[in-house]
Amino acid sequence: MTAEVTGQPAGPAAGEVTEDDVRHRVQDLLAGHDPATTPRLEFLRARFDAGLAWVHYPVGLGGLGLPRQLQAVVNAELAAAGAPDNDPRRIGIGLGMAAPTILRFGTDEQRRRFLRPLWTGEEVWCQLFSEPGAGSDLASLATRAVPEAAPAGAAAADGPDGAGGAGSADGATRPGWVVEGQKVWTSSAHNARWGILLARTDPSVPKHQGLTYFIADMHAPGVEVRPLRQITGEAEFNEVFLTGVRIPDAHRLGEVGQGWQVAQTTLMNERVAIGGGAMPRESFTIGVAAQAWRRRPDLRAAHLHDPLIRLWVEWEVFRLTGIRLRQQLAAGAPGPEGSANKLVFARLNQAVTALELELTGEEGLGYDDWTSRRPAVVDLAGREAGYRYLRARGNSIEGGTSEILRNIIAERVLGLPPEPRADRDLPWKDLPR
Amino acid sequence: MSTAMSAALVSAAGEPNLLYSDVEDDLRASVRELLTDRCTPAGVLARLDLDPPHDLDLWRSLGGLGLAGLLVPEAAGGAGGTAREAAVVLEELGRFVAPVPYLSSAVTAAAALLACPDGAPSLAEDLAGTASGETIAVLAVPASWTATDPFPGALPGAARLEGDGLRGRVTSVMDAEAAGLLLVPAGRGGVPVLVAVPAGGDRLRITPRTSLDTTRRISDVELDGQGGAGAARVLAVGEAAEQAVSKALWTAAGLLASEQLGVAEWCLQTTVDYVRQRRQFARPVGSFQALKHRLADLWAGIGQARTAARYAADCLARGAPDTPVAVAMAQSMCSEVAVLAAEECIQLHGGIGMTWEHPAHLYLKRARSSHVALGTPGRHRADLARLVDLPPPG
Repeated sequence: MTAEVTGQPAGPAAGEVTEDDVRHRVQDLLAGHDPATTPRLEFLRARFDAGLAWVHYPVGLGGLGLPRQLQAVVNAELAAAGAPDNDPRRIGIGLGMAAPTILRFGTDEQRRRFLRPLWTGEEVWCQLFSEPGAGSDLASLATRAVPEAAPAGAAAADGPDGAGGAGSADGATRPGWVVEGQKVWTSSAHNARWGILLARTDPSVPKHQGLTYFIADMHAPGVEVRPLRQITGEAEFNEVFLTGVRIPDAHRLGEVGQGWQVAQTTLMNERVAIGGGAMPRESFTIGVAAQAWRRRPDLRAAHLHDPLIRLWVEWEVFRLTGIRLRQQLAAGAPGPEGSANKLVFARLNQAVTALELELTGEEGLGYDDWTSRRPAVVDLAGREAGYRYLRARGNSIEGGTSEILRNIIAERVLGLPPEPRADRDLPWKDLPR
Repeated sequence: MSTAMSAALVSAAGEPNLLYSDVEDDLRASVRELLTDRCTPAGVLARLDLDPPHDLDLWRSLGGLGLAGLLVPEAAGGAGGTAREAAVVLEELGRFVAPVPYLSSAVTAAAALLACPDGAPSLAEDLAGTASGETIAVLAVPASWTATDPFPGALPGAARLEGDGLRGRVTSVMDAEAAGLLLVPAGRGGVPVLVAVPAGGDRLRITPRTSLDTTRRISDVELDGQGGAGAARVLAVGEAAEQAVSKALWTAAGLLASEQLGVAEWCLQTTVDYVRQRRQFARPVGSFQALKHRLADLWAGIGQARTAARYAADCLARGAPDTPVAVAMAQSMCSEVAVLAAEECIQLHGGIGMTWEHPAHLYLKRARSSHVALGTPGRHRADLARLVDLPPPG
């Protein structure tokens, strides 16, 4: 599975293109589009069209079919030239989850329609997977998508935005779909133009087989987004109610009934996105805690010293593991250890923020602000100790609970047998509720 | 911000190589092949009743592959490798809990000899002998000693070099009973010296202790005029002697982490294999989440330990300024992961794990002794705290 995710098609030029060639392409881009005078969006579009958005993507889709590690060369050159970036933290779901899924399962039309504005940030994406009744057991989800009744004798028109023709292997244009259901824990839904949606198209087969993957228009009639306030006081996430929402068949991703397999690509990339990333030593919450220890000798408690150093070590080794995983990826041998990094991160971040809260003592009894806000970007290391501690509790829940991740590691990496299960082979409609 | 702090932060700039090279993979394969053939669990268990427990035939075979001289340049009779390759050998030796004095002789003593000033008497011969494996050399320091401890010869009751040779006592020396050559840190009129003496003869007594770790025993060494009448060879004096010993102990501690990684990996793999086939309640016990989650956590911990061990080996190989931080981190993490893996191995094997006939106890004992060897994890964290400017209270 990891190999599928990371083994993006390498163009014919792979292996022959050097870092210098890539630098030349960057210089050509900069020569034609001076970052100092070119409007941001125009520059980003030009960068995409030059294949310098994500060099490992195919030519024509923002890439050059090159090895992924050459992206670092591009990013460094552009940063040195003062070029704007696409603010990746604001559009993480699009970049990290929707894009690889569209690349792998999308039609040519879908790839051309969606990837460019996704990458430039013109169109924000959200993920419509989890439901109130389907968290860890995502495959049990109940949001229904039923075929739209086609007007008698009339061929259904192409979908909007010119992205017609999806799944037209049989040459026929199929009717669209009508979606009914509720999604939850949807970050960015209130800003999003599109959502990747998993819905049940066939309740009469076992749960993993009856799902289909769609691209939902968040501006369509029947889409209602409500903020979901969480324990920090903020509303980072949303509930999304889908009432009679029409989706053209051209916005289906993958085959009908193939939704679960398509979603696996999304979810594997989510875990890569959450667990990865290069950062300097003492970044993030461990840096905050270490600085607090240095700055405030009055807070130093004897019993917290060894735990602090232990966490410092674990955090630094976690950071180095990120480098090791990136080196493995660059060497073309991605190991299974990426699936551990999110687990490790959740444990460490919870432990560090708890230690910091303990370190602050009585000051930790306060809280900066309970006002319900809608942060555009979530900074897990931001605000004050109380916020960091509370927000960290979610690290072992969001993007796959630590318990589910342990099951995945145990079964897929260690090869341990699955728990006996009754829900795998029964038709979804017959599952006990 | 102190200068120690700045150095620790700046060092992140040159990115380490944390992977295994093709050469290292090949090296691992050949060591594993030899050990699979010659160092079976049953064989190691049977050896517990032998005295001494070292497998000298296996040691000679390792020497024959050039592995005893990995840290030694070719010009000095070695194989001209680096700490990275020695680390891979140690991973495999740990995986088989091989009763050979590799860490003591090929790593610790070799690193000490390499750090001695050129031209010391017979240094070239000692180095060549150690590199070939024909000489088993042992640095005579207590097993728990670290590079940041004081020079052992400076302590009251330590070995001292006098006119008629070395006198004194060193306790808990790893692998001393197998040694042909002892490198003894001593005091000479209050000045640190590193002295080489043969390990045989009647002016020296090596008394093996009944040891927790039956595959790497400790011994007490009593020196009663060894190397006397001007025959003691002083390899290094003063600061040079101190540096040779601390260099050796940094190298040893950093590479012990790789041996601990090998120990942990064997424990995990053996346990996974066992819980897959052991059935209770009409299903494999490995299908129960309570066990799966423990093993998944252990696997994740071993992944982190691998990073820590690789980073230490890479820093040692490059002589990186971050080496003290890397070694302290590796010891903090790998010592604990190895012990956890061995304890989980015993527990998840149930009753069979408590038996003498099952090899799990060899790994628990090795993991526990390694936890103390070359500094406990807590000791290394205390060192690290100073290096990264996170001082203790007060």
